[in-house]
Amino acid sequence: MEKVKANIDLKSEVIKIRGLAKSFEDYAVLRGINLDLYQGENLVVLGRSGSGKSVLIKLISGMLKPDKGSIEVLGYQLANIKEKELQELRTRLGFSFQNSALYDSMTVRQNLEFPLVRNRKGISRKEIDLAVTTVLEAVGLLQTINQMPSELSGGQRKRIGIARTLILNPEVMLYDEPTAGLDPITCIEINDLINEVQQRYHTSSIIITHDLTCAKSTGDRIAMLLDGQFQRTGTFDEVFETNDDRVKPFFDYNFIK
Amino acid sequence: MDSLSSTNPPDKKQDNSIIKRLENFFSELYRIHLFVTRFFREAFVPPYEFKEIIRQCFEVGVKSFTLISVTGFIIGLIFTKQSRPSLAAFGANSWLPSLVSIAIMRALAPLVTALIASGKVGSSIGAELGSMRVTEQIDAMEVSGTKPFKFLVCTRVLATTLTIPILACYTAFISLMGGFLNIYQNEGTSYTSFMQQVFQPLNFVDIIQSLVKAIVFGFTIGIVGCYQGYYSTKGTEGVGKAANGAVVTAMFLVFIEEVIIVQITGFIRQF
Repeated sequence: MEKVKANIDLKSEVIKIRGLAKSFEDYAVLRGINLDLYQGENLVVLGRSGSGKSVLIKLISGMLKPDKGSIEVLGYQLANIKEKELQELRTRLGFSFQNSALYDSMTVRQNLEFPLVRNRKGISRKEIDLAVTTVLEAVGLLQTINQMPSELSGGQRKRIGIARTLILNPEVMLYDEPTAGLDPITCIEINDLINEVQQRYHTSSIIITHDLTCAKSTGDRIAMLLDGQFQRTGTFDEVFETNDDRVKPFFDYNFIK
Repeated sequence: MDSLSSTNPPDKKQDNSIIKRLENFFSELYRIHLFVTRFFREAFVPPYEFKEIIRQCFEVGVKSFTLISVTGFIIGLIFTKQSRPSLAAFGANSWLPSLVSIAIMRALAPLVTALIASGKVGSSIGAELGSMRVTEQIDAMEVSGTKPFKFLVCTRVLATTLTIPILACYTAFISLMGGFLNIYQNEGTSYTSFMQQVFQPLNFVDIIQSLVKAIVFGFTIGIVGCYQGYYSTKGTEGVGKAANGAVVTAMFLVFIEEVIIVQITGFIRQF
């Protein structure tokens, strides 16, 4: 499916990161990065394994604390955010995990209901059912509603993981390696789903990946994370129009030149 | 941002120097203290997860029921059989039901229940939460704006604290039945007479002591299993370590608590 041109509002930043640094023991993963995510934009963060891509979205979601720098998400400064505010913010963020992180002991329905009933006080049974069927229809997996996660394929698990985040109508989506470990056809389906989510739910997204097909088909803008900093930012073609030895092999390998 | 640091697994650095090991020991104690404090801070504040607590109570009860039935019955039977010769030497066979009763009600029932539950329930809690940590399910709950500590830890600890005293009462009953079977076979004592002699030497302190022990043991098994699982390190090895750590630590603590409670009760009995 061809990517539809997104309606991006360049005047409104939903995420603003300045001078962000994070180290683990003596290893500096992120070394003072700056980043803006605009309203309605799909930003792809590309980088090699261990380059700090996942650390970046864990910092954005408040799962990790930065060593230096500031992160502003949907108007909240994470440096001095209170626990209650962080919880509120998280209901407006959708986090799709690399391995889907579905709750093993619950059915698909219970997985989807879990965040909903705990964040929408006084929601009726009818509203819950409607929300569950709506998101399952959006990801094309209504038939799996009573299945256990162990009965689903890798692609289905990814879709249900995305559906679970969509149930709270998030404004920002964070995808951690959405196509990792999937076959090429399922990868295309997931890429299409990411674009569909952007159109249908009007989300702004950060997509962490090292899959260039995913980057090309989902990203409105690409940011290349190398040596703990964004070395190149722009459209897909702009990022790879370079003779930089650190960027070229990445492109050559993915497109098997 | 207080919650952030407390939800991430602590770094467990490998360092063998004595000072470092002592430092690690005390920082581990401090983390346990924070974990227990957090339980009391979150468990009794709404919203309550009643459905999950009931589900966990059922899990704890069902998981241990068969093993407790068999073990409890055998312990009662064997204890009675082994005690008979000592009493027979003094011609005091008729004291056997009272002896069995005191041993079972005061010590064996809560202790045996706790040890079995440590193995069955503690390890299962440790492994389950450990695998949830490793597969990022706990992180997924956290970032969806829900409270995983309340849903996973508080419910399990409350379930073990509530269920283990009930299981201990059941163990006491089933062990007494084991003892009765042996006494009936050898002395021909009737059930009514056996039961009269069982309750004769017991007083209020004995019952309360057993109940308190079972509650404390239940809390310990739940909190240790949850702590080991919730803060398990990444990887499948971490899951195994969490399960193993839950059993070993819980059993060790149960014995320590047994000694402390018996000493305290002994002190109370003097008045």
